[in-house]
Amino acid sequence: MTPLFQVKNLTKFYGNRIGCKNVSFDLYPGEVMGIVGESGSGKSTLLNCLAGHLAPDAGEVLFDTRADGMRDTVTMSEPERRMLGRTDWAFVHQHARDGLRMGVSAGGNVGERLMAVGARHYGDIRHKAIDWLGRVEINAERIDDRPSAFSGGMQQRLQIARNLVTGPRLVFMDEPTGGLDVSVQARLLDLLRGLVREMGLSAIIVTHDLAVVRLLADRLMVMKDGHVVETGLTDQVLDDPQHGYTQLLVSSVLQV
Amino acid sequence: MNQEYNFAYLDEQTKRMIRRAILKGLAIPGYQVPFASREMPMPYGWGTGGVQVSASVLTPEDTMKVIDQGADDTTNAVSIRKFFEKTAGVATSEETAKADVIQTRHRIPEEDLREDQILVYQVPIPEPLRFLEPRETETRKMHALEEYGLMHVKLYEDISKNGAISTSYAYPVKVEGRYVMDPSPIPKFDNPKLEMAAIQLFGAGREQRIYALPPYTKVVSLDFEDYPFEASKADHACDLCGSETSYLDEVIMDDAGGRMFVCSDTDFCHSRRAAGHVGAQGVPFEEDAA
Repeated sequence: MTPLFQVKNLTKFYGNRIGCKNVSFDLYPGEVMGIVGESGSGKSTLLNCLAGHLAPDAGEVLFDTRADGMRDTVTMSEPERRMLGRTDWAFVHQHARDGLRMGVSAGGNVGERLMAVGARHYGDIRHKAIDWLGRVEINAERIDDRPSAFSGGMQQRLQIARNLVTGPRLVFMDEPTGGLDVSVQARLLDLLRGLVREMGLSAIIVTHDLAVVRLLADRLMVMKDGHVVETGLTDQVLDDPQHGYTQLLVSSVLQV
Repeated sequence: MNQEYNFAYLDEQTKRMIRRAILKGLAIPGYQVPFASREMPMPYGWGTGGVQVSASVLTPEDTMKVIDQGADDTTNAVSIRKFFEKTAGVATSEETAKADVIQTRHRIPEEDLREDQILVYQVPIPEPLRFLEPRETETRKMHALEEYGLMHVKLYEDISKNGAISTSYAYPVKVEGRYVMDPSPIPKFDNPKLEMAAIQLFGAGREQRIYALPPYTKVVSLDFEDYPFEASKADHACDLCGSETSYLDEVIMDDAGGRMFVCSDTDFCHSRRAAGHVGAQGVPFEEDAA
């Protein structure tokens, strides 16, 4: 089986400071990988480099494209990379406001990616938008409301619908449950788990919440000061942490 | 002609710079060419971009016509016409057929233009994507990479809110299958006329952009397959000249619901009345003149 996504020695510096250094991993189709670490450990830098939002200083980010097989997305042309960004890739922001158009109705938000890849039939676009709102448990009556009239949890679900509508194969998520209260978090995680399994998505989830990775991720990567300090199966890393920092992280989780 | 000014107000180096922008615009139809817009002796929003473009293409032998919303006799049209009479000393006319250069605000004349004519538009906001994407860096990238999905999001919003594409002016068009362009706030009724024999130049003074359509350039109004583009106008005939095909202005006559519809193109209406056409509320041309 060939990997869907391969990262080799990815390095990003901010001047003299390290953003992330020598990160390598493979991601296989249908696999969900979690990246955990404290604030400032380079998780978001890494994710932005992977998704093409930041240009890495060294390394390769290979993706198994539908047309030409494995391609390095760092060196591919910008139109191709942006095309990937609205077809086979999706990016779920921590703050739904960053990923949504707040002045455009929910239906328009979901339809944007469809129109961006050439859909020109209003009825079809609207039908698909209604279908996707249903899949993320938003009432179809709310289709013409703006996201600003939605609750935080609904905005986050709308953002997910907007990203998944073109049937991507790889989803990047940056703290998808950040800022939501626990019951809404639980519902969102449930929904995400269902969608990931049902669509056979691969996903890379950045979070500092170990409960999220325990639920969603097959594999785990622990980062500290821009370096990957430990990798392994999620349960293995969380139940039997080897590196000192991982042990600290796991033991820091508050028990109710 | 007042000799204290260079011909047509602008100095020759400035005109040269603007002509270069115009040529580039003609070479890449629909592409917004940045240019170093000058301060003009009128406020932004009064057509400073159009005036600079007109000044750069005028020659002393030209006849000029200026229209504002189709009319030759409104403030904007009169003051710009006077400006060129004073600074360039060119002949002016209200007749579309006699003009070599026509500067327009928000209308295309009803009469078909010829290959030896130039139509200059005054443009307030040249960027069709502006109200959807406020970042200039991003809109430039979207133009460069032909990412125009967002333009349809605007039309989608129109339909979802109003049941039809309610954008009625500044209706976005795609030029030669490449650039999406704002045709300036002309009514969408005029959009089909953008494919014409004359050269069309668009000048945005405050925004410092010039763009152009060479003669017979293919211009397609954006739409959806199930909601096709429609060039709409008031469903009425002109009350002065009886024309059923021209674009109409609605004029409120009193506070008891009285109204009349008249051609927005005053020259078109005038020449039709001179030829003997009379509308529902009009009087014969000869009586009116007397």
